[in-house]
Amino acid sequence: MKPEVVMNNTELNVNKKKSSKLQHWKAFYKKFKRNKLALIGGYIVLFYILLAIFAPLISPQDPYEIDLVNTLQPPTTDHWMGTDDKGRDILSRLLYGTRLSLAVGFVSVFFGAFIGILLGLTAGYYGKWIDTVIMRIVDVLLAFPGILLALAIISALGPSLINVMVAVGVFSIPMFARIVRGSTLSVRKLEYIDAIRALGATDFTIIFKHIFPNILSPVIVQATLRLATAILSAAGLSFLGLGAQPPSPEWGAMLSSGRDYLFSAPHIALFPGIAISTLVLGFNVFGDGLRDALDPRMKK
Amino acid sequence: MKQFEEKILEVKNLQTYFFTDEGTSKAVNGISFTLNKGETLGIVGESGSGKSITSLSLLRLIQSPPGKITGGSILFKGEDLLTKTEKQMRSIRGNEISMIFQEPMTSLNPVYSAGEQIAEAIRLHQKLGKKEAWNKAVDMLRLVGIPSPEKRAKQEPHELSGGMRQRVMIAMALACHPEVLIADEPTTALDVTIQAQILELIKTLQKDFGTAVILITHDLGVVYETCDRVAVMYAGKIVEYTLAKEIFTNPKHPYTIGLLNSLPRLDMDQEELTTIPGTVPSPYNMPKGCSFAPRCAHAKKICEQAVPDLQTTGPSTQVSCWMFTPQWEKEYDAQEKVGV
Amino acid sequence: MFVFIVRRILQTIPVLLGVSLVVFLIMQMVPGDPATLLAGEGATKETIEMIRHQLGLDRPILYQYFDYVIHAVQGDFGESLRSSRPVLDEILVRLPITLELALASIFITVVLGMVAGIISATKQYSAADISIMIVALLGISLPSFWLGLMLIYFFSVNLQWFPVSGWGTINHMILPAITLGAGGAAIVARMTRSSMLEVVRQDYIRTAKAKGLKEHVIIYKHGLKNALIPVITVVGLQFGALLGGTVLTESVFAINGLGRLIVDAIRTRDLPMVQGGVLIASVIFVFMNLAVDVLYRYFNKRIDLN
Repeated sequence: MKPEVVMNNTELNVNKKKSSKLQHWKAFYKKFKRNKLALIGGYIVLFYILLAIFAPLISPQDPYEIDLVNTLQPPTTDHWMGTDDKGRDILSRLLYGTRLSLAVGFVSVFFGAFIGILLGLTAGYYGKWIDTVIMRIVDVLLAFPGILLALAIISALGPSLINVMVAVGVFSIPMFARIVRGSTLSVRKLEYIDAIRALGATDFTIIFKHIFPNILSPVIVQATLRLATAILSAAGLSFLGLGAQPPSPEWGAMLSSGRDYLFSAPHIALFPGIAISTLVLGFNVFGDGLRDALDPRMKK
Repeated sequence: MKQFEEKILEVKNLQTYFFTDEGTSKAVNGISFTLNKGETLGIVGESGSGKSITSLSLLRLIQSPPGKITGGSILFKGEDLLTKTEKQMRSIRGNEISMIFQEPMTSLNPVYSAGEQIAEAIRLHQKLGKKEAWNKAVDMLRLVGIPSPEKRAKQEPHELSGGMRQRVMIAMALACHPEVLIADEPTTALDVTIQAQILELIKTLQKDFGTAVILITHDLGVVYETCDRVAVMYAGKIVEYTLAKEIFTNPKHPYTIGLLNSLPRLDMDQEELTTIPGTVPSPYNMPKGCSFAPRCAHAKKICEQAVPDLQTTGPSTQVSCWMFTPQWEKEYDAQEKVGV
Repeated sequence: MFVFIVRRILQTIPVLLGVSLVVFLIMQMVPGDPATLLAGEGATKETIEMIRHQLGLDRPILYQYFDYVIHAVQGDFGESLRSSRPVLDEILVRLPITLELALASIFITVVLGMVAGIISATKQYSAADISIMIVALLGISLPSFWLGLMLIYFFSVNLQWFPVSGWGTINHMILPAITLGAGGAAIVARMTRSSMLEVVRQDYIRTAKAKGLKEHVIIYKHGLKNALIPVITVVGLQFGALLGGTVLTESVFAINGLGRLIVDAIRTRDLPMVQGGVLIASVIFVFMNLAVDVLYRYFNKRIDLN
């Protein structure tokens, strides 16, 4: 008799949760739509994603084609953004570079988020010494100033775009771990988790079916904002010659080659910088908007 | 009973609205009352009844936007505060009209010492030097019953207990001998024993300074202890305005009666405390008629159709309820006929 | 407070050990054998073995780690593979330059960020507020190295106000400091603004109003001090980002600081140098964080207890 009552209760809770979840998303969409700035951010990101997908179709020229007759050309009708030191069309290179920047951003953030979420869930759910050990590791990772940890990893693995993804991903782990741990702790305390456990649910089901959906919104917000940081860091590493190698049309690497021609052809450094800034701005604004819409309490 | 003749504050048809995305909330919807020199007026109501907004409106401290005082007048010593400039208001606030708040824990600035915060008001309004103001602040602390005031004055709020902080707030509010003190739930956040001490303190100081007090509270017990007159607020309106004693012996409005019945009494046998059914209507979606009608056991058709005016039912009693109008009987008949 | 400081100092020890372990382990991931590398091409097996023994590479890895830590604590980070000079010596030559740059940048971050944030918050939704917030949004989105290049282009190449590169005078410092400090200033400005807006909703601000104080006294005397407390933490965190950012800024402006030393060491695969540089920068950051925590605790104790 008794277990049945408990069952009914949880079933009721689940139903209630489902309908409230729908309302939650509706409310979120309404709020998000009202935030014009965030909407613009979303459009910028979407625009870049489309550019990346259709780069081969819309690029006026081959991004790798060297034309030693027309080097360092300022913007003309043939080359809307001019040519670089090897006569390559900067616009085409930028368009292809979009793929690289977005790929590095998404892969590294996905990698960092995946490990960070696992660590955070484990620490928050099991607590005790497991929590202590994991959080000490996170503390250690956070003790490296800025991109120095990424730099150290690259120094070991060698310069390449793949290694940049790994390095920047590792750099993102502690942030995700902390946020997820915090949210897990607060969800774990809720009564219905105890009720589910009393019904004999395994840790695995509790974590992934009941806790994970609840930590999703802070993770999404963090991931969006993190994408901005990741793209900036990756461009920085390539700028230092530690990421994408020539002739790759990676934006940071393009900027790096433009610095030598700052006197004679400043446009080489100008356009990649604008491209990076706009994309990063898009993610930042979009992330801010998501945060405000998903949870006003998360406003710093 | 003492005789209160001289009006110090006269509020007429005060309206404070909040304009938000969800709509317009008529938090204070046309209330009137008078406060005489040296008397204590209680304003009673549930949370959301508009009593705190009323008190903030008196000093024009409503956050704008979204709030705005949209109508009425607040006559202080015969002059309308709503027509004063901001500068004139500043010289009244904390000087002629002071206020103490519900949350002593958060109402003091955490980064300045208690003495400093009291002395600030004294220096501002009495143009005293730093040293003199400080000494006066210490005197005030002594007056409000804080032991070793010299030491306490130097302490920061986090080093003081809740009751002590409320005493500091009182000292700050009375430092310039205001003519009106508005106390917004001054004891709600405190322990029961401390509550009594703080109320006693306010009463004593009120007598010494001759200050008129507006006491905002949800606690009818507090009214009984301290007030001369009382205004019961419901959904932004005063529904009953009468002598404090009268409200316990002869309550008129169904809401007032409901409030009284929900109060634990020692002088009566109570099987259980009754609660008023239903909830306060949403401020964005007020009923067309009497706002209490949806919860009122006596409600008739007319209650849902029109808002009753304040009816004078005694020498110093006013009630806003159709039951006390000549229409009531007729309405009752009409209802009967329809019913049968 | 004293107990807190002691406890906090003790807490840095495991963090520092962890940092050194991570750096040590990362260097273990390097493909190839350092002994073979050091011996050069065509070295005999015996020579390589000898070098390996000399470097202690034939011992268990845990032993090697403790050996590394014990030496590091004594200031011995090994020798640069490139110059054969002690790593610490090379770092100590470069460190003051980087610290100068970092201090100049943190000054910009704090002063510019707070002033902009305060203006924004006090004039909420005004034209000034909106422009400041847009600039701040750009500030967190611009890559610092690009900003540096653009500053060089406009102010050094075109206007010739400042030198293009190098270090030594105040004129040398201005553009790099702006480059490195701009991102932090933007973050501090946003933080200051939201913190101020949060504070003006507090009960004690209402109390100050009820006292009859003037608007600017309320904001600057009662609001600002409280609003700046959470900003301290952000500034502390920014210091880390800034220290890491010197790598880029020093590269853009050709400043011979620690950041450039590390980047050059990575390019030339001078691993002991990378190890030492990253470790020392991290140690500085850990102690900086310690100082910020103590400072925050000092200012925040009154609020915490509520």
